Amino acid sequence: MSAEAADASRDAVSKVATESYGRLVATLAARLGDLAAAEDALGDALADALLSWPRRGIPENPAAWLLVAARRNATDAARRAGRGRAALAELERMSHAVAESADLSWPDERLKLLMVCAHPAIDSGVRTPLMLQVIFRLEVAAIARAYLVSPAAMEQRLVRAKAKIRLAAIPFDIPGPDELPARLIDVQRAVYAAFTAGRDEAAVDVAEADLLRRAALQLAGWLVELLPDEPECRGLLALLCFSESRVSPARQGGERPFVPLDEQDPNEWDATLIERGERELALASAFRQAGPFQIEAAIQSAHAERRRSGETPWAAIVHLYDRLLELRPTIGAAVARAAAVLNAVGPEAALAALAQLETQAVRAYQPYWVVRANALATIDRHASEEAFHIAIGLTESAATRAFLERRRRAAGGAPAE
Amino acid sequence: MKYTLLIFEKPEEMAKREGPQAQAYWAGWQAYTAAVQSAGVMAGGAGLQVPATATRVRLTPGKHDVQDGPYTDSKELLGGFYVIEAANLDEAIKWAARVPSPNGVVEIRPNLVM
Repeated sequence: MSAEAADASRDAVSKVATESYGRLVATLAARLGDLAAAEDALGDALADALLSWPRRGIPENPAAWLLVAARRNATDAARRAGRGRAALAELERMSHAVAESADLSWPDERLKLLMVCAHPAIDSGVRTPLMLQVIFRLEVAAIARAYLVSPAAMEQRLVRAKAKIRLAAIPFDIPGPDELPARLIDVQRAVYAAFTAGRDEAAVDVAEADLLRRAALQLAGWLVELLPDEPECRGLLALLCFSESRVSPARQGGERPFVPLDEQDPNEWDATLIERGERELALASAFRQAGPFQIEAAIQSAHAERRRSGETPWAAIVHLYDRLLELRPTIGAAVARAAAVLNAVGPEAALAALAQLETQAVRAYQPYWVVRANALATIDRHASEEAFHIAIGLTESAATRAFLERRRRAAGGAPAE
Repeated sequence: MKYTLLIFEKPEEMAKREGPQAQAYWAGWQAYTAAVQSAGVMAGGAGLQVPATATRVRLTPGKHDVQDGPYTDSKELLGGFYVIEAANLDEAIKWAARVPSPNGVVEIRPNLVM
């Protein structure tokens, strides 16, 4: 075999893996009812391709070739494991269906796979990692880093979740209309969690963090494609677009210093992403079914207003947080609302809002201490410094620590460096 | 459950304890300690003087040997430790991630229950 043929094959394998891995796993897993077996069969098929394609040439439809090869691997594995006849028959049927269609027109099962990954029977902490691994083939080590757990612990959680899918026979189905909205919320939350994991300022590996956010954006895009009439899917996509539009300004400079929203130059925000966010949000609003993701997207849209008018409509943002808290009360939203109140009304009102929060819930919550420190800055210099002090101690990223240290010194009346 | 966070600092980081960067160095630790205390998870700990101040007693049968430090040319130096009360390992890892020691290493050990 020639070196060029080997190189061309490797490129082709890596291309089809990037483009079609999630769809292929979803199709196999839906038929097998076994996610781990689907991954194994597809992994072996990718290895088969690396051996076979340099000799026999790259097939016309690499994805279909992989599906056939994976089906064969799965059949062999099922036979070895002594699996039932029904599963084998299903595999046979699938292989014929694929062989007949030379194009990629087999049904798209990714939504079913997402539903399985975010199933209520799966521990909520492992739903997002599971999606990232099985749909985007993200390495366990990278997922573990994003979630700040050891790779061995993450691997164990993923293996346990996949065993549960098989043993508990979690169905690869799209739930009926009664159940769909509730189940969809879990899927949307898991996608959002993937995005926020990729926005971590303390991320060691920027490329890895970018990959996570891109994966989440792509998933949110699929959800809209697959369920165009679900306004919350569009709300989620809009929210991610707005957030992503501000990622690079927040990290400008070689050393990646932290630049908070209020110090960012709106002209550096990504206009294309903002427009896409606005478009999705408008389409979602047409359904007149407000939901948490649409409201969060509306809050981000209000922040984007500064790009047009130079002003942030803080009163409107407070109002939107009120609605968000009615629908989905979280400590994060309550603290973010207090920050908006600080800008819209003033420090006393912001402190009053913070005082409503339960002490236990906020004492190790960094954003609470930041908002408290900012609110106290003009009222009680000493207490403000104290709050900055604790906020700094709760911060993971050195860049954010340096930024808060600067603000603390400014609050203490010391000249900024 | 109690965990001990053993903090290993880079020599160049530990060198900041004195000199022009001392204030920034100690400010980081004071903030971290304040956060641990304010969150109510502090169960003990200490900052340690530099390895050059160490003395080792080697317990060999029949003859106890006293040696002056330092002993290691290791890339990270034990700078101190915190004992924290955490619900589980994930929570302990969160506290370890906040330790203000660039390029350092935090070893987390669950305390024995005695």
